Amino acid sequence: MTEVKNLEELFQAKIDAEQKIEPKDWMPDAYRKNLIRQISQHAHSEVVGMLPEGNWITRAPSLKRKAILLAKVQDEAGHGLYLYSAVETMGTSREQTIEDLLSGKAKYSSIFNYPTLSWADIGAIGWLVDGAAIMNQVMLCRTSYGPYARAMVRICKEESFHQRQGYEIMAVLAKGSPEQKEMAQDALNRWWWPSLMMFGPTDANSPHSAQSMKWKIKRQSNDELRQTFIDRTVQQAEVIGLSIPDPDLKWNEASQHYDWGAIDWTEFNNVVAGNGPCNKERLAARNKAHNDGTWVREAALAYAAKKAKRKAA
Amino acid sequence: MSNALFTYTLRLADDLLILSQRLGEWCGHGPVLEEDIALTNRALDHLGEARNLLTYAGQVEGKGRTEDDLAYLRMERQYTNVKLVEQPNGDYAHTMVRSFLFDAYHLPLMQALLKSTDEQLAAIAGKSVKEATYHLRASSEWIIRFGDGTEESHQRAQAALDNLWTYTGELFESDAVLEEMTKAGIAPDIAAIKESWSKTVDQVLSEATLKRPADAFMMTGGRKGLHSEHMGFILAEMQHVTRAYPGAEW
Ligand SMILES: [Fe+2]
Ligand SMILES: [Fe+2]
Repeated sequence: MTEVKNLEELFQAKIDAEQKIEPKDWMPDAYRKNLIRQISQHAHSEVVGMLPEGNWITRAPSLKRKAILLAKVQDEAGHGLYLYSAVETMGTSREQTIEDLLSGKAKYSSIFNYPTLSWADIGAIGWLVDGAAIMNQVMLCRTSYGPYARAMVRICKEESFHQRQGYEIMAVLAKGSPEQKEMAQDALNRWWWPSLMMFGPTDANSPHSAQSMKWKIKRQSNDELRQTFIDRTVQQAEVIGLSIPDPDLKWNEASQHYDWGAIDWTEFNNVVAGNGPCNKERLAARNKAHNDGTWVREAALAYAAKKAKRKAA
Repeated sequence: MSNALFTYTLRLADDLLILSQRLGEWCGHGPVLEEDIALTNRALDHLGEARNLLTYAGQVEGKGRTEDDLAYLRMERQYTNVKLVEQPNGDYAHTMVRSFLFDAYHLPLMQALLKSTDEQLAAIAGKSVKEATYHLRASSEWIIRFGDGTEESHQRAQAALDNLWTYTGELFESDAVLEEMTKAGIAPDIAAIKESWSKTVDQVLSEATLKRPADAFMMTGGRKGLHSEHMGFILAEMQHVTRAYPGAEW
């Protein structure tokens, strides 16, 4: 018992000294579990996130936009790969992690349970959803677990391109025809609140946050990140002449931040509980891809085994 | 001459654009994450080459049409791709066999176009050869894995081959346009491309223990704008946003 306590003290001392925890290092069980949950959720979000955007690849309104969108969604698949690898360093296989997604046991970011209804939604996702994800991911570049931090550094390099291309789509629409501007405003209206929910519950309602901060898995609270995102995004909306769908939004001279209206947490909880507009479709699509791919993966394994056998013979 | 060059360039472009459109449908639905990435990469490479060709076709035509005008505002009958590339994705065997049959034609074509007397086409081919080499290697490997993998994968690959074989004749058709281009040294001799294609196909199929289907009836029509029923849906999906907002910038 005293030994574990000593190990825990050493572990915390290491974290306090800003040293990275590596896969072979001793770590408390709860730290490992917490990270496996967080990184796998993050990996699933990258992969499920491909679906709402992939939905518009065949319909992108110019060839340039089609190429950018293909490259963007492809990046997200790559992010999924890096993150599944990071989970594997903690001793959970990619197959098991994916199995948990397919069975509905594991969660992914609820934002991807909203539908992409117009081309402007592709702009709104890049601008707002990738924009919100970046706030979180920049922080995670300094997270205490080494493999996760390093995966994040690679991912962040690509994310700023994602945000930029989304904002650019919105900017072009906003200065286009009245119909295009309306499309952009409608997308902003629908994606704004779900984007704010991406930062998670308020600090007061976020039970794991304090421990995650102590372990330096997180370094900023949900509310801090949300505030930074709002301050930045409100100005970006102004520049392109779109309005944020929040009547309570106003600049607070004293705090030097924007005040904003109440988030509908009932909706958030509903979507997390599986009742979002597309929860069933997303999970069904992942399951279908996995099941349809079974014979392909089996063929690849069988061929590799035959080849290895022939080589040995 | 410029008329034939326009038509020829457009044919090259349309094959790639429509194949890319089909491959893009896979994005997010691949059999394994690595393949999702590889398929998207393929779609991107084909799209990139198609864009270069469409832009050039617009210049040759001289009426100020851009890549997007040509992609989004032509009707089905003006599309000149072969029917092979518009065939549905089907299972992964169909998708890979379709790509393999195309790649085995596309690579020698690009290699030959390096020596085209048309500098622009030669330059576009120069950018494509490396990608085309990689595509053919990757699709060949899948054909071999399928053929020599499990019983199920073997059957699926053979079925795909048998289904798609009828669409391969069109790749090597000749007509007045191609003859004019070949005479001018712009297009390579299509018989030589066919020979190279046939050799690759034999080699890969034999390693895959798959049977080369007999050359029975070959489908035709794509180069004249006569397509399968799939084509209307492909274009409806691809063009509808652009057409719904005439003249809009994106
Ligand atoms: Fe990502
Ligand atoms: Fe992203």
